[in-house]
Amino acid sequence: MKQVIVLNVNGEPYTVAVYPWQTLNEVLREEINLTGVKFGCGSGDCGACTVMVDGRAVSSCLTLAIEMQGKEIMTIEGLAPSGETLHPIQESFVEKGAIQCGFCTPGMEMAALNLLKNNPTPSDYEIREALAGNLCRCTGYKKIIEAVGVAGQKMKEASERKTS
Amino acid sequence: MRLSHFDYHAPETVAQAIALMQAKPGARLMAGGTDLLIKMRHAGLKLQDVISVKSIKGLNTITVDENKGLSIGATALLADVALHPDILKYYPTVAQAARGTANAQVRNMGTVIGNLCNASPAADNAPTLLAMNAEVEIHGPGGQRRMPLEQFFKGPGITALQPAEIVTAVHAPKLAPHTGTAYISLSARGQLDCTAVGVAAMIVLKGKACEEVRIFISSCGPTPVRALKTEAIARGKELTEAVIEQAGNQAAGEVKPIADVRASAGYREKMVAVLTRRVLSQAYTRASE
Repeated sequence: MKQVIVLNVNGEPYTVAVYPWQTLNEVLREEINLTGVKFGCGSGDCGACTVMVDGRAVSSCLTLAIEMQGKEIMTIEGLAPSGETLHPIQESFVEKGAIQCGFCTPGMEMAALNLLKNNPTPSDYEIREALAGNLCRCTGYKKIIEAVGVAGQKMKEASERKTS
Repeated sequence: MRLSHFDYHAPETVAQAIALMQAKPGARLMAGGTDLLIKMRHAGLKLQDVISVKSIKGLNTITVDENKGLSIGATALLADVALHPDILKYYPTVAQAARGTANAQVRNMGTVIGNLCNASPAADNAPTLLAMNAEVEIHGPGGQRRMPLEQFFKGPGITALQPAEIVTAVHAPKLAPHTGTAYISLSARGQLDCTAVGVAAMIVLKGKACEEVRIFISSCGPTPVRALKTEAIARGKELTEAVIEQAGNQAAGEVKPIADVRASAGYREKMVAVLTRRVLSQAYTRASE
């Protein structure tokens, strides 16, 4: 039986009727039309479906939508502060050429955010560890790792500007 | 690929969960869902009922008590165990094992107890808790009981749980002074893939000699395996290079691994020797500090 729930996605409430077996991934893509979140492996290995739930990166393909009532969900569409400005993570991915086909990018950037919000100056090892659950089949990892490092610097500088 | 259809239940108390399990035979408990939903999507598991334990209040607690030791509740996330300041301080190997489980996303969803209850011989969180003589707390229709984790694993995916029973927590005792622990696992893709071989050890020192030694090996049998004869080699002795070498060889002889997609049997045996040497050496050093 379908249950009506309210999903808070990127700051907006969406009322949706979901079956218990529908994943957050399916509901985001098919009911709310947020197709930035991808479906890859369906088993938590590839990270393409990564979204933030209450500030933590999770695999939306292994999350039941029915359990998401009252949670704050952020997808790649909600990362940039406005339609015109890119988030430092997005900016760095563009600058460093860390985007090839783009399929892994939304998940990569969510995983990067998961790391950088607590640790804006990660070591190379920490970046690799944080992105270990995200696969890029264009095999462009080097530039992605560089981009995450630069993004951390930018986020740190931005927050220092804010507090000074 | 869609999940097959099921009814979803979200009890708010342990008693409700037990009653639901009694009312719905064949139902499965789910915490993070990072094992169960994969089995449903990719391995053809069909369930009529899924009972989520995430809404049960109070099960997500982690406590480190000076006298009672460590308790990890059934819905405490791997990520929270991995980063818990007191676990990092007093039970660093427990935090390390949690941090070495899967990837960041799965650690934000999955639980230590879920990892134990799935009873994979490769479960990353089992060997170190076994080495520390941890116990699981079980609630069921007959009441509450505690069981040494050592008696909990019965085979791949099989535990000692009776019908309608639920594990609510795992408890590790307070570690004696001069205790050292270590865990090392190997897998194909960093820490991410299922562990191909893992070894954990706990050593309690009296002077320079090992008063107590516990060694558990994962992914080399239907359950994590206790290396009793290897422990006997080290017990009562100072861990010299010769003793460590002998212990490593004994440990390799104490397992009968199979060959599978993750490693050949021969590689596993060789690595058991290597990892046993390393964890004994690490645990010994830590116990001496």
